Amino acid sequence: MDKILDIKDLHVSFVTYGGEVQAVRGVNLELYKGETLAIVGESGCGKSVTANSIMKLIPSPPGKIKHGSIHFKGKDMTKLSNKEVRKIRGVDISMIFQDPMTALNPTLTIGDQLTEGIKQHRKISAKQANHHAIDMLKLVGIPNPDERMKQYPHQFSGGMRQRIVIAMALICEPELLIADEPTTALDVTIQAQILQLFQKIQRETGVSIILITHDLGIVAKVANRIAVMYAGKVIETGTRQEIFYHPNHPYTQGLLNSVPRLDQKGERLIPIDGTPPDLFAPPEGCPFTARCPKAMEVCSRIYPFQTELSQTHAVECWLQDERAKKYIASS
Amino acid sequence: MAKYIIKRFALMVITVLIIATLTFFLMNLLPGSPLNEERSTNEAVQQNLEAHFNLDEPLIVQYVLYLKSIATLDFGPSIKQPTETVNSLLSRGFPISAELGIWTILTAVISGIALGVFAALKHNGLIDYIAMTVAVLGISVPNFVLATLLIQELAVNRDFFPAATWSSPAHMVLPILALATGPMAIIARLTRSSMLETLTQDYIKTARAKGLSPVKVIIKHALRNALMPVVTILGTLMAGILTGTFVIEKIFAIPGMGKYFVDSINQRDYPVIMGTTVFYSAFLVFMLFLVDIAYGLLDPRIKLHDEGGG
Repeated sequence: MDKILDIKDLHVSFVTYGGEVQAVRGVNLELYKGETLAIVGESGCGKSVTANSIMKLIPSPPGKIKHGSIHFKGKDMTKLSNKEVRKIRGVDISMIFQDPMTALNPTLTIGDQLTEGIKQHRKISAKQANHHAIDMLKLVGIPNPDERMKQYPHQFSGGMRQRIVIAMALICEPELLIADEPTTALDVTIQAQILQLFQKIQRETGVSIILITHDLGIVAKVANRIAVMYAGKVIETGTRQEIFYHPNHPYTQGLLNSVPRLDQKGERLIPIDGTPPDLFAPPEGCPFTARCPKAMEVCSRIYPFQTELSQTHAVECWLQDERAKKYIASS
Repeated sequence: MAKYIIKRFALMVITVLIIATLTFFLMNLLPGSPLNEERSTNEAVQQNLEAHFNLDEPLIVQYVLYLKSIATLDFGPSIKQPTETVNSLLSRGFPISAELGIWTILTAVISGIALGVFAALKHNGLIDYIAMTVAVLGISVPNFVLATLLIQELAVNRDFFPAATWSSPAHMVLPILALATGPMAIIARLTRSSMLETLTQDYIKTARAKGLSPVKVIIKHALRNALMPVVTILGTLMAGILTGTFVIEKIFAIPGMGKYFVDSINQRDYPVIMGTTVFYSAFLVFMLFLVDIAYGLLDPRIKLHDEGGG
């Protein structure tokens, strides 16, 4: 499979009056053509920052990509000028944001907002652009698209708006779609519809999707591969099966334990105690040490190396070290 | 829409009527009368004069006569300037006041918005600090102080502009500057804060994610939304500019309506007071109406009719 996105050792910081927040601290991610990668983690773990960095949408200042590379189809996004990045935004990479209620401009018609991207990037008449937009609205399942084009966002429900946002993102036929918590603001029945829509679109267009979420239920439905982030680092990656059935990092295990399941009756949910570390001054060792039930002395001092459990499954945890295994066995 | 306009129009008429009524009775409560002066007049002459201007009638009759004059848009002759009618004063003064007012509003709105937008885009930068310092000064310094300062510095000490009167574009610069600075400062501050808020909105991020150029994002997506609060206060600002013209016209000796208005009150020239007040209030109410219409056009979420639905 072709690799279309390759993020290597990405560091993103926000410089504030209080100091430097190291939001992303050495993230490595790969994305192949036509797959869905889910980035999972709790609020503030750097998943959105990572996604926004791909399109250089980090507000700067205060945000800054300090180190690392983001290769999209061979080009390093971090080295492109703003003008060059604009030619990629909306054309090759599109983004969908969390809240469809605020993602659309309230003072412009849906038609205007749908077509402005394609008008900007392609030499195409207003009429063609309109046709294209109507086709996209049909694809995402908006009834009466011709009339709806002339309406304003407030005339649509939340689910409808998210469909429009998705149509807007897809109108230039991008190769990569980044969806930042696309269903968080929707109610559950609509969530299911939107997820089905993602799967349908992927089948029909072959677009690669990065799905950012903290909802493991969504991940279980649509993701091919999962990257679990904690305190600005990817601590475990693997296929959906590997992560759900063989989680190796204590944090991943904790995440899965804190989700209610229908197949395990009567069991109490186990929350992960404590809070994530302060990213003004991130700990030297593994950032999960303070909350980890299996923490060892080494954990707080040195950050663990990556261990490859299979071709697709990798984890960053001292428990994988041979010495740790011996230590646990002896004690 | 038509129904809304008719309804608004009726409300406007009622508003003007209330203002006219209040002015009429307040005016009559004022001590003195247009004919009651220090010099002693013959009893018979006095009575004749009063009869001529209907001042001997009971108040209620005067009120009805006065309402009639509003309805026919003929306010009769001035008491103090026997060769003039109120209408001739208005038609002479209004174009000049309107010229001053329109230029002031244009200057205030355009420079205020520009200043606010630049300040917001260079948030916490040098331009921002300079613009906001100017804005605070503009809000705090009253226009009559600014006007005298401007005359002193730019007309008397340095001969850049004429000090008074209204005959060429050069004459217009100082009064417009004096009158526009306050509203400009208010608009600049409001535009800045509303722009800063708008720029953090998700739809701005969406627009950027589409690959639109920064200019397009700001003009098409941000500015229109950021200007809503500015449009809202435009009505109030216009009222402020209108009352500001009284003072400024007086300082710069501009023969506009403000001069007649102030003079008429000093001289208890009843017909002129009533005529100018009704004219001013009708004008202001109409401007507020235009602002409301503009608001509805700018923001599709505001519906200009009373039935629900949509």
